[in-house]
Amino acid sequence: MSEEILKISNIHVSVEDTEIIKGLSLTINKGEVHAIMGRNGSGKSTLANVLMGHPSYQITSGEITYYGQPLEQLEVYERARAGMFLSFQYPSVLPGVKVGTFLKKSIEAVRGEPVKQKDFRNQLKAAMTLLDMDRSFLSRYVNDGFSGGEKKRLEILQLVLLQPSLAILDETDSGLDIDALKIVSKGINQVVPHAGCIVITHYQRLLEHVKADYVHVMIDGKVVKSGGPDLAHKLEEQGYDWLEANA
Amino acid sequence: MSDEAISESNEARDLVGEYQFGFHDEDKSVIRFNNGLSEQIVRDISAIKNEPEWMTDIRVKAYHHFVEREMPKWGSPEILNNIDFEAITYFLRSTDATKDDWKDVPEDIQNTFDKVGLREAEGTWLGGITAQYDSEAVYHSIREDLESQGVIFLDMDSGLREHPELVKKYFGKVVPHSDNKFAALNTAVWSGGSFVYIPKGVHVEMPIQAYFRINAENMGQFERTLILADEGSSVHYIEGCTAPSYSSTALHSAVVELIAMDGAKIRYSTIQNWSNNVLNLVTKRAHAMKNSTVEWIDSNIGSGLTMKYPAILLKGEGSHAEVVSVAYAGKGQHQDTGAKVHHLAANTTSNIISKSISKDGGRSTYRGMLQVMPKAHNCRSKIVCDALMLDSDSRSDTYPTMEIGNSSADLEHEASVSKVSGDQLFYLMSRGFSEQEAMGLIVNGFFEPFTRELPADYAVEMNKLLNIKMEGSIG
Repeated sequence: MSEEILKISNIHVSVEDTEIIKGLSLTINKGEVHAIMGRNGSGKSTLANVLMGHPSYQITSGEITYYGQPLEQLEVYERARAGMFLSFQYPSVLPGVKVGTFLKKSIEAVRGEPVKQKDFRNQLKAAMTLLDMDRSFLSRYVNDGFSGGEKKRLEILQLVLLQPSLAILDETDSGLDIDALKIVSKGINQVVPHAGCIVITHYQRLLEHVKADYVHVMIDGKVVKSGGPDLAHKLEEQGYDWLEANA
Repeated sequence: MSDEAISESNEARDLVGEYQFGFHDEDKSVIRFNNGLSEQIVRDISAIKNEPEWMTDIRVKAYHHFVEREMPKWGSPEILNNIDFEAITYFLRSTDATKDDWKDVPEDIQNTFDKVGLREAEGTWLGGITAQYDSEAVYHSIREDLESQGVIFLDMDSGLREHPELVKKYFGKVVPHSDNKFAALNTAVWSGGSFVYIPKGVHVEMPIQAYFRINAENMGQFERTLILADEGSSVHYIEGCTAPSYSSTALHSAVVELIAMDGAKIRYSTIQNWSNNVLNLVTKRAHAMKNSTVEWIDSNIGSGLTMKYPAILLKGEGSHAEVVSVAYAGKGQHQDTGAKVHHLAANTTSNIISKSISKDGGRSTYRGMLQVMPKAHNCRSKIVCDALMLDSDSRSDTYPTMEIGNSSADLEHEASVSKVSGDQLFYLMSRGFSEQEAMGLIVNGFFEPFTRELPADYAVEMNKLLNIKMEGSIG
């Protein structure tokens, strides 16, 4: 029996009184990768944000549980400390905050205890080698003047260092060239065996490197079709029109 | 500000542990004048200090100017016009004399200077200190090696007694009593402050520090400082200040005059951390002679209202001015600060950096003046003003004034106002930081590019204060 990490039961989600997600259910077990695909505006990023607890999104009905506990009462930072991680589509710029300092403090905040400088250095070195990142990253300010690809790489570096139990990757593949995509995938694949993973994407190409166990198609705030990896191929070839006709 | 508003704002700081210095000792003053101001009070202050007649005359003249002079119309006229000058104590002597051994200082006063961290700093990285408690210095020390090089570092009352010729020559020459209403008030009732003279070519390696502590309620503290750096000398002077939290207004109105002679360098650093019932209305100005450098590093973290614009007159060719101004305005605080640089001579340069933070309805204002006189050829100046607002209740304004009389001047001016965004907070919180920790990171980041440039001990002290501010605040 696989270990259940996240259970979403028929949630409806609104932003400023506009309903974006209109009844969505999903169960994610440890070690599973769930790809969520769909067009812009279908509600994919809303799902990512509501899982992490963004204050602008209201769950109007339904329930989400994380390790069997209702998620609703947890603050954003408590979710992070409980092992949830969101890789942002558009990560924020933090002027004056050095990447190295930020990473160490973040690890300490999530784990709730100080990290030895030596352990931190070792973990950091391993992760940066895996992701082919130069040490010069560490003394730059977080996302300040970063290219799109550099921002995504820093997100995945955090993913690898924070070792979450639930990873939500919001369009991590967008803006990456094929080499960067391969590197980022290495990071994701390292985390997958120990976590549940939600991969939000437009394209099938990330799924060539990260093996999805399930593919869900979202249209207008609902999952209209779920299937295996084949579904992603079919979407790539045929687009979403055939599903919209059924929706 | 009403008493009630002051109380509330002080309480906000005390309750959350944000202000650690709000305690007070029992008033055991040796002499305390009745509240209120008159020519007689001015004469009594001069008499009790056994001053020469010329100083009494300067005081009386300044007093009459104070009475006639109108209030400044900028800053916070509503607070200024409501100051009750009759409710202030203008002179309070806490001990019978200034001591050079802490053992001779009354125990509660010793403890106070312990708690504010002065005694620890004295033992580790300072070349000398003066500890002023209400109107006068209670303790003073200077390293012997400095003394043997001819460095004079005294409280101003002792300076006047021991070096009347120097004081007479320079007192009020940089900041005349007629400069503004509060400069007039200070000149009339001044007490304490520092007198510093650095002989030609002497470099004072360790900073010297004055600490100003207000203890009594309704106190007015009017220290007067004069620093003379003779040719080719250098000195770093640091001042710190704190006060108890009371529900009624205390007034701090200092005048600081600096003269950097040819090739000299003066760095004057301030860590102002008054309680919120203190009105801090200070005039600071420097004369920079040929090839000299004057630096004001001015951080304003406390007080209900601060109005202070450290100024530098670049009088000698090749002189350089540097002003670094840091302000934090929390609940019930208005920091109206800035800098004034006047390029009077050719080939002079200036840098002004201002960084301010406002939070919980606090207000920070940058008010600056840059002037280049017609005969001052080939001057360079760079001004950078950055303001960060942590919420939408807070306010930040910038009033830069430039008067450029010489077309060869090379000027740069950058200004930015930013607000902490919901997206930044969400991003940081998704990385495990509570809202307060997230704010703290953003604030430290805002100061990072420039705390790097500060002297290490100073930067440590300031970071500590800012972190206390951030951690203690209610998210």
